[in-house]
Amino acid sequence: MAVLELPEWTALAPALILAGTALVLFLFDSINPRSTNRTLLAGTAVAGSLSSLAVAVWFTAAGVGATGIDNYGVIDIMDGQFVVDQLALYFMIIIAVVTALVTVASYDYLRDHTYQAEYYSLIILAATGMSMMAASNSLVTIFIALELTSLPSYALVAILKDNRGSVEAGLKYFLIGALSSAIFVYGVSLVYGATGSLQLEAIATGLENAGEMGGLLGLGILMLIGGIAFKTASVPFHFWAPEAYEGAPAPISAFLSSASKAAGFVLAFRVFTTAFPLEATTAVIGVDWTWAFVILAIVTMTVGNFAAATQENVKRMLAYSSIGHAGYVLIGLAALSTGAGERVMGAAMMHLLVYGFMNTGAFLFVGLAEYWGVGRTFEDYSGLAKQAPFACAAMAVFMFSLAGIPLFGGFWSKYLLYTATIEAAADNTALLLVAAALVVNSALSLYYYSRLVKALWIEDPIVDRDRLAQPTGLYAAIIVAAVITVLILPAFDPIANAATEAAAAVIA
Amino acid sequence: MMIETLIAVALIGALVTFVAPNRIAGKLAFAISLVPAALSLWLFAAFDGSGNALLDGELAFESQAAWLEIGGRSISWFVGIDGISMPLVVLTTILCTLAIVSSWTPIDERESQFYGLILFIEAMLLGVFTALDFFLWFVFWEAVLIPMYLLIGIWGGPRRKYAAIKFFVYTNVASLVMFGAFIALVFGLGDSVTSFALPEIATAMLEGGPEGLFGLGGTALASVVFVAMFLGFAVKVPIVPFHTWLPDAHVEAPTPASILLAGVLLKMGTYALLRFNFTMFPEQVEIYAVPIAAIAVISVIYGAMLALAQTDLKRIVAYSSVSSMGYVILGLVAYTQFGVGGATFQMVSHGLISGLMFMAVGVIYNATHTRMVTDMSGMADRMPIAVGILIAGAFGYMGLPLMSGFAAEYFIFFGSFGSELLEYSALFTSIAMFGIVIVAGYLLFALQRTVFGPYQLETDYEVGRAPVHDVASMVVLLGLIIALGVAPDLIFDMITDAIDPIVQGGDL
Repeated sequence: MAVLELPEWTALAPALILAGTALVLFLFDSINPRSTNRTLLAGTAVAGSLSSLAVAVWFTAAGVGATGIDNYGVIDIMDGQFVVDQLALYFMIIIAVVTALVTVASYDYLRDHTYQAEYYSLIILAATGMSMMAASNSLVTIFIALELTSLPSYALVAILKDNRGSVEAGLKYFLIGALSSAIFVYGVSLVYGATGSLQLEAIATGLENAGEMGGLLGLGILMLIGGIAFKTASVPFHFWAPEAYEGAPAPISAFLSSASKAAGFVLAFRVFTTAFPLEATTAVIGVDWTWAFVILAIVTMTVGNFAAATQENVKRMLAYSSIGHAGYVLIGLAALSTGAGERVMGAAMMHLLVYGFMNTGAFLFVGLAEYWGVGRTFEDYSGLAKQAPFACAAMAVFMFSLAGIPLFGGFWSKYLLYTATIEAAADNTALLLVAAALVVNSALSLYYYSRLVKALWIEDPIVDRDRLAQPTGLYAAIIVAAVITVLILPAFDPIANAATEAAAAVIA
Repeated sequence: MMIETLIAVALIGALVTFVAPNRIAGKLAFAISLVPAALSLWLFAAFDGSGNALLDGELAFESQAAWLEIGGRSISWFVGIDGISMPLVVLTTILCTLAIVSSWTPIDERESQFYGLILFIEAMLLGVFTALDFFLWFVFWEAVLIPMYLLIGIWGGPRRKYAAIKFFVYTNVASLVMFGAFIALVFGLGDSVTSFALPEIATAMLEGGPEGLFGLGGTALASVVFVAMFLGFAVKVPIVPFHTWLPDAHVEAPTPASILLAGVLLKMGTYALLRFNFTMFPEQVEIYAVPIAAIAVISVIYGAMLALAQTDLKRIVAYSSVSSMGYVILGLVAYTQFGVGGATFQMVSHGLISGLMFMAVGVIYNATHTRMVTDMSGMADRMPIAVGILIAGAFGYMGLPLMSGFAAEYFIFFGSFGSELLEYSALFTSIAMFGIVIVAGYLLFALQRTVFGPYQLETDYEVGRAPVHDVASMVVLLGLIIALGVAPDLIFDMITDAIDPIVQGGDL
């Protein structure tokens, strides 16, 4: 029941809290620009992201954005420029979770770093952009949120200014990012030209008048897909990911590969379900756009997994594996033309949530290894379990969960994605091929994930190491992520329901 | 709640042991493992089930709770015990306790992790034998692999990395095949099942079977699934020609892991065959009876011949397991009360006897640091009691009357000789009986060379009496073997009670 009568904009609270936190961090910075009070800065960032998380969870539980008699209904803000529904809140939760984990871990990772306040405020700003993106409902607000996310991300990748790799990665990321932004915004202008609107529902209505400009609209949609592919690190704009993730500080890699990817996907889900309803769009442009995603999904997961299998550097392996997982999630869009579309998209969203824990945790473990200074390759990681059994047990959990072994959360989301795809294949047989690719790639991924477990637990160390420190923040973030990755398995029901309902609400 | 308590004690015990200091881990794990052992004996005494768990039987200690519902089919926490699983539960808890005791001497590094993994594997094994929901069962089934992989990989012999990976890959691929087949079956059953509860699926299979899927008719689908699942479980059992991982894994595994591998993990395969293939697909059993019996007989003879060719004591015992498991398959495919009942009895009996054999070989190895038949002779002079028990165990293997091996093999041969379902059953049985002669051959050969004759040892170790705790645990096993040999009805009554619904009373 709607007991509280708050103004509508308060529904955006999860994003607004993040924005406020970023401003507070700037305030700290302007009072004392040289402050390296890590506890204060990291504490503020963690508190901000946790409050954002708490509010988003509370809203979801209270039924904000959910349709139905006892709920608040979908909330439109600024004439439909923003919309808060279950989809938005679901992704705000993922983004807040990842931000919280990353900021906790950064406390130790940044111990000798000069630009503490800048770092945290940039992270929170980027998270604000992602959170806004989850709620954006017009191509303008989407583009603004996209840039609000991207600009701090470029700086964050290059924040280790004395480190060649970091700066190089930042530049590459920036150049490709700028190019894809340009492509995206050109796509926006074409869509506007064809339909006369930027607001997503209005675009859908405008489709009927766009009859003569089908080709233009098709090109526009293709360019939007390009922008999305960049944000989600999917083929064909995936090649920045290994470079950027490898060069960036590990917590930033975790942030980009989990939260930024989730934000890219919510954008894709939102735009393609709301603005381009399948039948109306097909009538105008003459092709069913789900085919683009069928192809992209297969190619992305295959490229990601095959490349990951050949890596010697752990961070690059994780980077390619994250491309592979983007391929799995793309199935959510590929199956929208079928009767089981909402289940497939729901399963893809579940996978993104579980991925938020397991992938963030895995990159943070790499962060821990960088903190220890043990090196970057599989070989350098040999025998770490002898010195740090807990962190290595957590890493084994992440690896097995990413591979989809049943004891962990990754099993459910992958399994549900698989069965839903099989069910969808009844309407579109090409999806059988997608499901087969999913199975083959999952089986292959077990090879390189278990290789890391083998290095950590079974191999003997190649060099003698000193005692390894146990930084509190990094350890806490990694252990929490691991525990949740395990606990998601028994407690999957609410997640599955939330994701499926959210997907059903936007598709209907 | 009894089963939950049983699993929870082992699981929490595993966590406690994992964080305990190395020095006390062995004793602590032993103390913890006594709780599930005592509890399972109490369950055995209080057992009040009747009939088969999958075929409308009265379950003992049943409990059920909803877990997930996706796509119209619910998944639940559903556990219970019937006459087939009860003896296996007791076998698991007792062998785990004894395996912990037998690790005290050989395991001297990373003890807390080792004992933690043993208790963890115990919890998962108990889950495999009690779970009655397919997903729950599969989670436990797969979860067993991870600790066993680590036990072999970390504490194994010189070629442990190869053996661990081979074990992991073989069994995992097999699981994937089986999993895919079973899911296809559930989809094929369509609306006649609303959950993944095994009793419901079994009922649906017996009352009409699948409607068909992807162009396959109902019967064809059932046959494909039957074959795929048979192959999946055949790797686990293992049946020739899928047995090659077994000798590698056994030889490289540390003694306690071998005890669990031969004693309990192999039984997972035959247990699953009985629960799935031989309960749900009576028609396919009839169709494929002859080829299955042929494979079983080949396993018996070929496994025994391979054992005959070995000079490593552990390899001899490992290959003899292939042979013994062949008897189990023969008993199952006979599809009579004594055949299937004897097969189940053999699972327990072989668990005890092979556990004893591996323990005895381990004791000899701990003292001599060699397992080669050619390296030693006259061990009876130095460790008379341990060797005496080894000889008793070997006679148990050969089927000496009044020991459990005799009862098991007698039941199987009795059941298979008169089988009406299996053509040429008399021929298959008589060839399989010949296997016993070869068993006697290689065991007597090995014993004669190693334990009798003048004392001689190629390695430079002083051999004294075996440690008391090792002897004590071997005596416990020997006591159980004799008890079951003298009074098979201790468990055979409850086994036949659960078997009868499968073979519909059967003849004989």
